Amino acid sequence: MSQTSKSAAPQGQGFSLLKLLLEGRAFFALIVIIAVFSYLSPNYFTTSNFLIMASQVAIFGLLAIGMLLVILNGGIDLSVGSILALCGVIAGAMMQGIEIKAMGVILYPPVWAVVVITVTIGALVGAVNGVLVAYLKVPAFVATLGVMYVARGVALLLTNGLTYNRLAGSAELGNTGFKWLGSERIAGIPISVLILAVCAVIAWLVLSRSAFGRWLYASGGNERAAELSGVPVKFVKVTVYTLSGALSAVAGLVLSSQLTSAGPTAGTTYELTAIAAVVIGGAALTGGRGTVLGTMLGAFVIGFLSAGLVIVGVSSYWQTVFTGAVIVLAVLMNSIQTGKGGKKA
Amino acid sequence: MSATATKPDTAEVVLAARNVAKSYGAVHALKGVNFDIHRGQVTTLFGENGAGKSTLMKILSGVIQPTSGEIILDGKPVAFQNSTHARDLGVSIIHQELSLAPNLSVRDNIFMGREIMGPTGVNFAEEEAQVRKLMADLEEDIDPLTPVEDLRLGQQQIVEIARALSVDSRILIMDEPTSALSATEVEVLFKVINDLTSKGVSIVYISHHLEEALQITDHAVVLRDGTMTAWAPRAEIDLNWIVRNMVGENYNLGSPPDGYAFGQTALSVQNMVLPDPGGNPYNVVDNLSLDVKAGEIVCIYGLMGAGRSELMEALAGRYRQQSGRIELLGQEISDLSIAGRIASGLALVPEDRQRDGLVQTMSVGQNLSLASIGAFTRGLFTSRRAEKALVADSIKRVTVKTSGPDAAIGSLSGGNQQKVVIGKMMATNPKVILLDEPSRGIDIGAKAEVFRLLADGAKQGLAVVYTTSEVSECLSIAHRIIVMHKGRITAEFGADATKEMIMAASGEQHAA
Ligand SMILES: Nc1ncnc2c1ncn2[C@@H]1O[C@H](COP(=O)(O)OP(=O)(O)OP(=O)(O)O)[C@@H](O)[C@H]1O
Ligand SMILES: [Mg+2]
Repeated sequence: MSQTSKSAAPQGQGFSLLKLLLEGRAFFALIVIIAVFSYLSPNYFTTSNFLIMASQVAIFGLLAIGMLLVILNGGIDLSVGSILALCGVIAGAMMQGIEIKAMGVILYPPVWAVVVITVTIGALVGAVNGVLVAYLKVPAFVATLGVMYVARGVALLLTNGLTYNRLAGSAELGNTGFKWLGSERIAGIPISVLILAVCAVIAWLVLSRSAFGRWLYASGGNERAAELSGVPVKFVKVTVYTLSGALSAVAGLVLSSQLTSAGPTAGTTYELTAIAAVVIGGAALTGGRGTVLGTMLGAFVIGFLSAGLVIVGVSSYWQTVFTGAVIVLAVLMNSIQTGKGGKKA
Repeated sequence: MSATATKPDTAEVVLAARNVAKSYGAVHALKGVNFDIHRGQVTTLFGENGAGKSTLMKILSGVIQPTSGEIILDGKPVAFQNSTHARDLGVSIIHQELSLAPNLSVRDNIFMGREIMGPTGVNFAEEEAQVRKLMADLEEDIDPLTPVEDLRLGQQQIVEIARALSVDSRILIMDEPTSALSATEVEVLFKVINDLTSKGVSIVYISHHLEEALQITDHAVVLRDGTMTAWAPRAEIDLNWIVRNMVGENYNLGSPPDGYAFGQTALSVQNMVLPDPGGNPYNVVDNLSLDVKAGEIVCIYGLMGAGRSELMEALAGRYRQQSGRIELLGQEISDLSIAGRIASGLALVPEDRQRDGLVQTMSVGQNLSLASIGAFTRGLFTSRRAEKALVADSIKRVTVKTSGPDAAIGSLSGGNQQKVVIGKMMATNPKVILLDEPSRGIDIGAKAEVFRLLADGAKQGLAVVYTTSEVSECLSIAHRIIVMHKGRITAEFGADATKEMIMAASGEQHAA
């Protein structure tokens, strides 16, 4: 009996109007930011500036995708900024050559190998987070806080606090091309932006269309119910932290390539920016709610805002104030929205 | 029978709803209802799942506001701002779904938001003493300092009741307070209710256990699809009256399906021992062996704490520390994970739907398909079309009353949420299905449907094991009735057992 399906009008599922309006918040904020700064500065609304800003956003965007996965799972990953630095430094060390004293040789791995090794290391550090949280039951905040310190410390130890500057490689050693990631373009679009786009599309597909995505939303919403429904909740947990670590490594590679240097203090407080992007994008820190589209908009809101403030010459102190205000505003709107919906209990 | 027949009774009306309507978008939960609460009497409210009972009670206790209509308190119209306001005016409510903070102690939950203040902060000693007194009144052995998450469901419900009692309200609304209580606990609660009414407290009582509710009712009201369909004082009603007005027909929980032979042994448990997961030095499942054949329906009866839920969860793979052998269709499955057991055909419908059954952040459809994601995954991706078909099929199979698969799970009435949990596990096409208190919070019509569903499944060769705390539910479709007590099987009966035999074997002091 009784299926009162009047409201089920045929519509393209992913893009119902209501959904668009909900996610629209971050979207409208982005439009406003672009409009205001375009009005204030003639240099803002230009293709070249957009591409520059977008390549800066790429770093935060990559971190934010990983952060989104972790937050959907009901966790948090404070170690992304440190993993970024650690991986950048490791890549830098390999580009400068690894001296093995015992054998008296210096190894110069080709760039592709550097990339593979670096991303693997990032994933491994992330997996440590995951194992701590999933199997050893350390609260995510504490586990990743610890790893944040350890990773940063190791980065400082490796470099003695110094920065690697010679990342270009040389032709006779066959390891040129590291610059490609951060400064080349395909069809006018920076590689870093393309990497972000590819990662975002993959993440979107995984979250909306794959079994893993469904597992992630379910275990973030109610882990016990998910487990009893046959969701491998521990596997999901370890995987999201691993992916977050791997994405941090990618971000580290892109950043050191953009800067053509790799320092152990890179990416400090980037974890907070990534969390902010996810939150502005409408995800719930309690888990189970959030989308890739929202997170990307969140990353662009933050990136375009701070770039705009720089362009119109606002002091960096004010930039910090503005960024903070935007974050609070976004979360305020989140809680107004869930406050309304959550009354029914 | 007419809906407007709500004329004042002998006892004075203390709280009344006049023409109250409530809509959620296109869903009209209430369509102009009149409802009276009489001083010092028990008004019972009956109705199918989704009839609007909880909605009406939430309006009368200030939790939600009506779309239209009036609430009259002591003869004067009143608009409750929120539940605290209503509580200050003397109306409190025990919610159908538990609303306790699991990390806090029993004491802190009971006094949450109304802490007793002393000169140096909260007067914990006084609070604790009051909780001890309440627990003594309810004849429960619950320590005020235990965290609520360590209590079993029935005890949590007791805490919820104690919290409402501690307020000293004039009007107390109880929305299915007994769904997880044992017969003895219910008797104690009824004693407490009688005490309260003799002091002039007015009670509203909602339950799907009709016989139980009839014991204490002074007036009965029946809601159907958001309108009041019948009202009568105690003297004029009986079980048939309620059922007729609720669903418009007689009901029958069914009888054991017959006309076919059982198949091979589907589930075989040998010498299962499960130490208390809470760390106490006894076994909650104590050297238990059980065989269930394909096509057979087995009912496990027992009191709260008999170890039924633990047995079920151990079979589903929740615990790691159990010993003994579990075979599914001759295949040893003790080493499989929960997912592995579901894949090989063993499904569990857990007892506590909020905590173990539903993902609140997901829609009705996503909840229904959660346990069978593999069935609609094609290669790397899930197939929307296959999922839609599976969900539509499940909604039809277990008759979920919802505005559509995209509706939020929280928008469903309690009973319909329960059906979603059952539908989710049925969708995995199990060979053996375990149901822990499947009738918790569902109306008699739905109960009959669920049992018919199980009986149909059994005819196709499904092995069914379900637990219940209501003897009448054992004496319906089960071929075999097993009584559990303290982790052991204390008796086994065929379908021809009587109520008295079963209750005697369960170690229950005589309940009505
Ligand atoms: N927050 C909400 N949003 C949308 N619809 C709702 C909401 N709350 C209740 N409803 C709908 O209102 C109707 C009445 O629900 P209600 O919870 O009052 O039923 P009930 O009689 O208490 O049922 P049960 O016996 O299952 O507890 C149902 O159809 C339900 O789906
Ligand atoms: Mg209800």
